[in-house]
Parts: sequence; C-alpha cells; structure tokens
Amino acid sequence: MLKGFLKLSWIEMKVFVREPMGVVASLLLPVVLFVIVARALRFSSGGSGIPVSRLPFNITILTSMLIVLGAVQSLVAIMAIYREGGILKRLRATPLSPVTILGSHVLVKLAFTLATMVLMIVAGKKVLPGAMPEHPVSFVAAVMLSTTSILSFGFVMASLVRSARFAQALGAAMTYVMLALSGVFIAVDHLPRWLQMVAYSLPTTHSVTLMRAIWSGESWGSQLATVGALGAIFAVCIGFSARWFRWE
Amino acid sequence: MAVEITVGTMPERPAKSSRLRLTNGLRSGYICTMPSPVVTVRALSKRYGRTVAIADVSLDVFEGEIFGLIGPNGAGKTTTMECIQGSRHADGGTISVLGLDPRRDSTALRRRIGVQHQEAQLQKRIKVWEAVDLWASLYDRESVVDRDALLERLGLTAKRDSWFKNLSGGQKQRLFIALALIHQPELVFLDELTTGLDPQARRAIWELVRDIRARGATVFLTTHLMEEAERLCDRVAIIEHGRVIEMGTPMDLVAKHCPQRCVLYSTDEAEGERLHELRGEGDDFVTEVIHRIARDGTRVRGFRTEVPSLEDVFLKLTGRAIRD
Repeated sequence: MLKGFLKLSWIEMKVFVREPMGVVASLLLPVVLFVIVARALRFSSGGSGIPVSRLPFNITILTSMLIVLGAVQSLVAIMAIYREGGILKRLRATPLSPVTILGSHVLVKLAFTLATMVLMIVAGKKVLPGAMPEHPVSFVAAVMLSTTSILSFGFVMASLVRSARFAQALGAAMTYVMLALSGVFIAVDHLPRWLQMVAYSLPTTHSVTLMRAIWSGESWGSQLATVGALGAIFAVCIGFSARWFRWE
Repeated sequence: MAVEITVGTMPERPAKSSRLRLTNGLRSGYICTMPSPVVTVRALSKRYGRTVAIADVSLDVFEGEIFGLIGPNGAGKTTTMECIQGSRHADGGTISVLGLDPRRDSTALRRRIGVQHQEAQLQKRIKVWEAVDLWASLYDRESVVDRDALLERLGLTAKRDSWFKNLSGGQKQRLFIALALIHQPELVFLDELTTGLDPQARRAIWELVRDIRARGATVFLTTHLMEEAERLCDRVAIIEHGRVIEMGTPMDLVAKHCPQRCVLYSTDEAEGERLHELRGEGDDFVTEVIHRIARDGTRVRGFRTEVPSLEDVFLKLTGRAIRD
C-alpha cells in the first residue's frame, strides 16, 4: 500500500499545482504579504533599521502560523469538496484506508508548507534580516512538526464536516480561535484560567511555544514536553479521524 | 376505417431454461451443472431513522451472469448494493460475497470486486492515465491488466491526457468502468451506469458490460431503465419500497405478468384500408396469426406486433404513480 500512498500523494500534488488560485493562495500570498509588511516596517523606521524588537509579536512566527493554518483550512476544504463530490466514496471502494488518504494530503501540505517557509526565509533575509531565525533549519523543522500536529487537528474537522460551505466556515472560525489563543499576540499565562485550559488543548499553543524556544536558541532537548504534547495531540486526532472518518 | 378486434388464447409457452429454473430443477432432482452463487443475501434490512430503506431482501447472484436490481427511485437499490459491497452497515440479515463477509472481510473483498458508483466523481484536474495509474497501484501487480490495452478497449486512448472535468458523461462512465476493471475483479458492481447518457453512449456502455461478462466476471447492476435491464440482464429482481417483489429472467417475468400479445395489420378493402387488431397470449400467438393470414390469402398492407416488455411488468407491479 506504500506504492498507492506515494502515487496518491504525487497525484494530489500535481492536481493541487494545476489549480492556479490554490498555488497562489498557499505558496505565494503569505510570502508576498510578509515582504510587503517587512518593507513597510523598514519604511516606518526611516530605512535605517527594523524595529522588530518593538513589535508586540514575532512577525516570522506569526507568518509561519498563518502558513500552517492556511494549510489546515485548505485540507478541511479539500476533504469536504472530495466528500461532496463523491471522490471519497469512489476511493472507499478501493483497498485505500482513511489514514492513507489523509496521510497523502498531509504529505502534500507538508511539502507546500516547506516550500513556502523556504521562500519566506530567503525573502526575509533580504528584506527583514533582523527578523530571521539564527538557525533556520531548526526553525523550519519546528514549523514542520507543528504543521503535522495542527494538520491532525484539521483531520478531525475534515473527517466530520458534511459540506464544503460548512467546512470553510468552520475552518475560518477555528483558525481565528487557535491563532488568538496560541500565545502569538497575548501570553497564554495572561488569559483567564478556563481559557488557558482551552489554549493548552489546542496544538497551535504548543507550536508557538516550540517555535519561540527554537527561535531563541533553546535546544530541542529542553522542549521535550512541548514536542510530547504535539505528538499526543497528533496521536489522539489521528485515532479519532480514522474511527469517525466520513466517506460521504 | 373499420377495426376488427379478435381476442384469442394461445397455448402456454414452454418453460425456458434459466439459472433460476435450474435452481428449481435441482430441487426437483435433476442433475445439471449449475453455477455457484457469488452473492447470497438473506433477510437483509436497513433503516435510516424511521424510514425503512430495505426490508427482508433475499437474493442470489450466480457466477458469470448479469444480474439487475431494478426499481423506482428511492426503492432501495443503491442501499442494497452498498450493503452487499460492505460500504454500508445492514441492520439485519446475512450477506456472503465471494464467500466473504463484506463487513468483516472488507479489505480482502475490495481486492476482488470492482465498483462503479452512481454520481461519483474524481479530482477535476486528474488526467485519465493518472487515474488509471493510481488505481493500478492499489492492487497486486499480477492482477492488474495492461493499462494501455484497457484504455484502448474502452475507447479512451485519445483522452488519456485529458483532465477528468473535460470528459463527456459517457467518457467519464467509461473511465469509471476502466477503474472498476483494472484489477480483473471477479464481481463488478455497476450503479445506475447509464443514467443521463445519450442513446449512443448508452449502447456503447451496454456492449462493454456484455464484454465484462464474456471475460468471465459476474455483473451486479442497478438501473431504473427497463430497456437497459431487458437488454442486458440475464436475471432481474424488482425492488419496491425496500422489498424484492419479483425475480426471474426478463422473458419469464413478461410471460408471467404480461402474457398478452397484440398483432395489428391492415388490409385493402373495397371501402378502403381496414385495420385488424388481434390479441392473444403465448409466444406462438404471433406465428398463429401469420399462419392464419397466409392460409386465408389475405393481402396485407401493413403489419406490426405489440409485445409487452419488462417496462409493462414493472408498471404493473409497481404502479403508475409518479415517484420522487
């Protein structure tokens, strides 16, 4: 079934690339927006320097989170479209399992997230060098790990939603909630206690914690608890999705 | 124009051999080589909330036949087929497909059956050859047929680089048949295969279905097109409100429920053309009429027969009220 998995992933990648708007929205738009904002920051500081340290949030981590959440929204929407169009029902008649189908889409999203991250870092080194991580490979690895965990959270939504229209609304709502509670803008410790519990049950919060730590030069060894939390969320979500996956 | 109506009764037609009758023959003690059932369904039932989708459905499908499940929209055809494929849980009853339990042995079963779904789609921008290539990768290498030969057989060679969304309805259905046949399944399920297709495309697909049978596979199809069932199926089961109300060969069902034949012919008379209408029962009725016309030396200007079809049987058994 590995052959089928790789073949499906490759075909999904080609099909995705053949949708011009999808490529622009997921691959180029975040980078273009990042460059525009970065240039605006340089302009606002008179071109002499970048006041990144004075920003209330880390622009690179924020952009990374937007890239990841964009991938999740895309995954949820694609699954809903496939379900509505009977594509999943057609695949169900084959030996493919739900995990294989979802896994192939994860691979596609990881590939495009990686490509977008590389583009952003390359562009960032030119236009906003002060806002780039010291260890870009390690940082990208943290983003990829976060993507895997957050995508698994997307699986749950993708497995359950009935229609593409509902998927879009749910995906957008979850994006706003996850981003707001992730700690990018407000430290989680400053939230009310009950909201902290909600935040820590979401993968985005642990993702931001991991990205921040790697950004500031901390070792992966010091982040085992965060990595474990992301892994646990991944395992629970995968199990739930495989059990409750709706083919139609 | 004068009209003569004569109603006659012809002797009952002899029983024709069929697999259903062979079953009965065995019970009567005849020795014959009977194909084994590849699908056995007993007392199958399924509800959606308070709605009874299927109730107490029992049927056998024999090796090498084209079996049709026919019925009005919403009668339970697709639900029955999906329960048999293992893609839907039945509430009650037993199902055996190729000796397997469709729910318990679903993975093993999916490797041995081919499925075409009603209204199923593929990714809009997947190419024909990519879809065939993907499906081929999902099965054992030994069982997969030559992909180019398959596309050629289904008339899709010229479309191999086309995106799915750019195919016509008939081409899409031919592609779905290709995907269902890629691994040489022993049993092929075809759900409302030709609905919405033009007559040319429909007839081309009928030929493909006959070809599947000719290559040794068994075909289980659903349709609400009676002409399709009559031309394609060796046996049909009529399903109505979730229950099988009749089963047999199309000819046997017509003979049983609509035995009446009608012969219409016109003759030249002194006062002008005269239309004659003769009604009777049995396969030999038309022959008897022809013999009578020949014996009388009647000069016939026009001649036609009206033989009941499976559609007449269907309407007689299911009623003529419009369904949703």
